[in-house]
Amino acid sequence: MMLAAAASGGDLFVAQNVFFGAIALVMIVSALRCVTTRNVVHAALWLVLVLAGAAAQFILLGSEFVAVTQVLVYIGAIIVLFLFGIMLTKASMGDDDSVAGEKRLMAALVAVLLAVVMGIALIDSYSDTRLVIDEPQRFGEVSDAIFSQYIVAFEAVSVLLLAALIGAIVVARKE
Amino acid sequence: MIGVLSELSYWQVTSIRVAAGLVAVLLVAGTLVYAHLFKMVSFMQSRLGPMEAGPYGSLQLAAEIGKFLQKEDIVPRRADRFVFKAAPFVVLTSTFLLLVVLPGGPDAWFISNDLGVYLAMAVSSVSVIGILMAGWGSASKYSLLGGLRATGQLIAYELPLLLAVVGVVIQAETMNLQGIVLAQADGEIFGWGAIGNPFILTQFVGFLIFMVAMQAELTQTPFDMPVAESELVTGYMTEYSGLRFLLFFIGEFATAGVFSAIAAVLFLGGWYVPGLDPSDNLLNVIGPLVLFGKVVLLTFVVFWVRFTFPRFREDQLQRLAWKFLVPLALANIVVTGVLKVVV
Repeated sequence: MMLAAAASGGDLFVAQNVFFGAIALVMIVSALRCVTTRNVVHAALWLVLVLAGAAAQFILLGSEFVAVTQVLVYIGAIIVLFLFGIMLTKASMGDDDSVAGEKRLMAALVAVLLAVVMGIALIDSYSDTRLVIDEPQRFGEVSDAIFSQYIVAFEAVSVLLLAALIGAIVVARKE
Repeated sequence: MIGVLSELSYWQVTSIRVAAGLVAVLLVAGTLVYAHLFKMVSFMQSRLGPMEAGPYGSLQLAAEIGKFLQKEDIVPRRADRFVFKAAPFVVLTSTFLLLVVLPGGPDAWFISNDLGVYLAMAVSSVSVIGILMAGWGSASKYSLLGGLRATGQLIAYELPLLLAVVGVVIQAETMNLQGIVLAQADGEIFGWGAIGNPFILTQFVGFLIFMVAMQAELTQTPFDMPVAESELVTGYMTEYSGLRFLLFFIGEFATAGVFSAIAAVLFLGGWYVPGLDPSDNLLNVIGPLVLFGKVVLLTFVVFWVRFTFPRFREDQLQRLAWKFLVPLALANIVVTGVLKVVV
């Protein structure tokens, strides 16, 4: 809430802030349930809510392309792959006591560390940047930016993904 | 129409759109079930179909709904209650979200922006989660196998579906479905512009790929491995009864209607009627009807194929998607891109 209010500068966007708070609450609760539930399928389903919340936040910020990509890639592909993998291998119905357990403390430590590092980095670099949300960002602008300013990064990522893809095939075919 | 709409406040326009969305889902699903599933198939098989309820069996649908509503809502004892109960709603939500991008006339649209067909492809993949929830939540081996088969199939055929659309997007220079309709309305065939330029002519390969992939996405025969009744009872829907089964059923047919509508917009010119000015107010009234007519036509093909061909085996199904449709769609994109730059 504070961040969104600060980012919008002098004039507060009341509706945006209310929805930001509501969605953020849903995301936090879902994220906590995701790591505390002892049912693997439930954890994946809670993660869907977290990612859908992130997509909603992107829409609030006016970047529709990122929001839709979030739905397509994370919910439509990655979570589906998670669920597919879980159900194909180990689809026990009730709670699974082998989940988590002794690794909890370590995980919590890593999470807190990550939150602190990212929080400091974000506040340090963007705390006095004013975000202008007059109208949604157009698709054309995004693709223009990708294929001119960020073309090298784009190509590097493509090669990296291709390498991962070929690596996966090689690993799968080894026998 | 635009004058009327701009005088209404936000909530009034929104209520009109919600009502239109409900009508579009329920009316289309009802029409498809009655006209295609009850009657057309019966005629193809030399029988009359339902004849008792109402004149010519026209109230059969109401009777069916009444039957489903009175049935007990059974949840299997070992099932995961919440996941089991929520699954049909996730599938139906995906259908409603798909509908949002469809334009019915120059001013008759739900949302009109750059997202368009990209949004449609993104939300259509959400239904997979609902299917997996139903398959796992039922605590039944038939449901689980059906859910897994459905997922494998939907992932495989989402790719050719998306790639087939890219050709149209390149040609129309926009992802906005309204813009795609206008591009076809304004187009010319070698300088002759009387009927516009429906993309089925220039993107015929894309149209065929889209229709095949659509058939698979809708899990209609010959792609009905997930609900193969002789092996899996009814796949992920096995344990459902009453209202929740009805929701899956409505979702299935409404999605068939919405996907056909997207195909009609992409390849058949959408709501545009040749000879009229694309901004003519008249098109706001007859546009949705024209689109509906094209939907009935395309779903006729879907159900025709459904009741004509035998089921694919799992390996045949995957081979068709990955080794034939995806390379063909990629070649189509390359050819379209080259021609777009050269011509």
